[in-house]
Amino acid sequence: MTTPVLEVQGLAYAYPDGHQALFGVDLHVHRGERVALLGPNGAGKTTLVLHLNGILTAGAGTVAVSGLPVEKKHVQEIRRRVGIVFQDPDDQLFMASVRQDVAFGPANLGLKGEALQRRVMHALDLVGMADFADRPPHHLSFGQRRRVAVATVLAMEPEILVLDEPSSNLDPASRRELADILRSLDVTVLMVTHDLPYALELCPRSVVLSEGTVVADGTTYDVLTDDALMRANRLELPFGFDPRTTGMAPPAG
Amino acid sequence: MGAGHGHRLHFHGHSPVHRAPAHLKLLALLAFVLVVVATPREWYAAYAGYLAVLLGVVALSRVPFGYLAKRMVVEVPFVVFALLVPFVATGPRTEVLGLTVSEPGLLAAWGLLAKGTLGVLASLTMAATTEPTAVLAGLQRLRMPELLVQIMGFMIRYLDVVTAEMGRMMVSMRSRGCEPRSPRHWPALARSLGALFIRSYERGERVHLAMVSRGYTGKLPSLEEQA
Repeated sequence: MTTPVLEVQGLAYAYPDGHQALFGVDLHVHRGERVALLGPNGAGKTTLVLHLNGILTAGAGTVAVSGLPVEKKHVQEIRRRVGIVFQDPDDQLFMASVRQDVAFGPANLGLKGEALQRRVMHALDLVGMADFADRPPHHLSFGQRRRVAVATVLAMEPEILVLDEPSSNLDPASRRELADILRSLDVTVLMVTHDLPYALELCPRSVVLSEGTVVADGTTYDVLTDDALMRANRLELPFGFDPRTTGMAPPAG
Repeated sequence: MGAGHGHRLHFHGHSPVHRAPAHLKLLALLAFVLVVVATPREWYAAYAGYLAVLLGVVALSRVPFGYLAKRMVVEVPFVVFALLVPFVATGPRTEVLGLTVSEPGLLAAWGLLAKGTLGVLASLTMAATTEPTAVLAGLQRLRMPELLVQIMGFMIRYLDVVTAEMGRMMVSMRSRGCEPRSPRHWPALARSLGALFIRSYERGERVHLAMVSRGYTGKLPSLEEQA
């Protein structure tokens, strides 16, 4: 098989206060995959995400993005390859206009003038927000801000898009619009979420993280229908939702 | 819960005053205020001239006077102070409306009021006709240190976010039977302001994280080139 876009091996990490969050995580994501990262609160999902672009440095084990190890010396290239969309768009949108915000990443990569503008408008087109380029981000609705936050990362042309709780605080229509956008993108996606129906809808494969280790890795349908696994890891489907009746069952099973 | 459109002090318009480059307006404002402050307070005619010039600019900008007048309440503490001066100052006394007041005090009060009012009115006119981002771009063009411009930019961006957060905290306090206006509840209010400070600090860290994740190395892309 080709080099995985994301290769995490034996990753362990303890916070400076001594609290250990990760105990040897192994994870491979290949090009074009959409993978959901599931797990209860405090399982270490965010800690894992912060390792992917070198914000946190592994205590033990390695992380590599398309073969390039996450180390201090290539941190700038790693951050281009791994685009993280954080949970609160207000944390991610800090410039005076949508256009400036989307330009922030590529400008840091050294893009200028015409090329920069093209990149910005292309990213905004992908999320359907091109008409809002000159609006201040804080005047947009929450769903629009979330989409612009995705554009700020797409503008860096990442190899893998990492989304932290992409559906949180969205109304059902915005949630569906975001799903349509994510499906239309030709990019590898790792999605951290508690929204299990969303994971089933968007991600063929799911990885369950619990207490700092990967406890399951398989098709989302199999994970969500494994009642014992779900119960053991504090994962619960919303009331009335049954994956078996959604028509999302894999053809083989 | 969307923030109000435009900045609170900004009055949308397309007058020549609105269109003038921000850095020129900044320089004009600075020069105007310096001249007003340096004028001896006995030159009454000069003050009339300044006021005429200022009112002319306001008329040209087509910002309603009532709009500016409402926002001039920020000057109230100075007005109160100015009104007190004639009563507490020493020196020869004189009669005004049956009250005995100090003559130099009266002159000092006039000076304070006239200079203060002109300054506040000029600044409000600037704020009403210039978008905050344009002010920042103007400061950048005037070679204000990069770091200060960045800090001011973040202040403008997050003012609404923090205000909204404070609003939500106040609503939740009220919902639990606390009335933030009553002095009895000031300790709770103080604690919530402390919490707001910590939250803002933590948000600052998250914003920094998001910036670093997009390759921030200490320099923001120029505001001007895209504004």
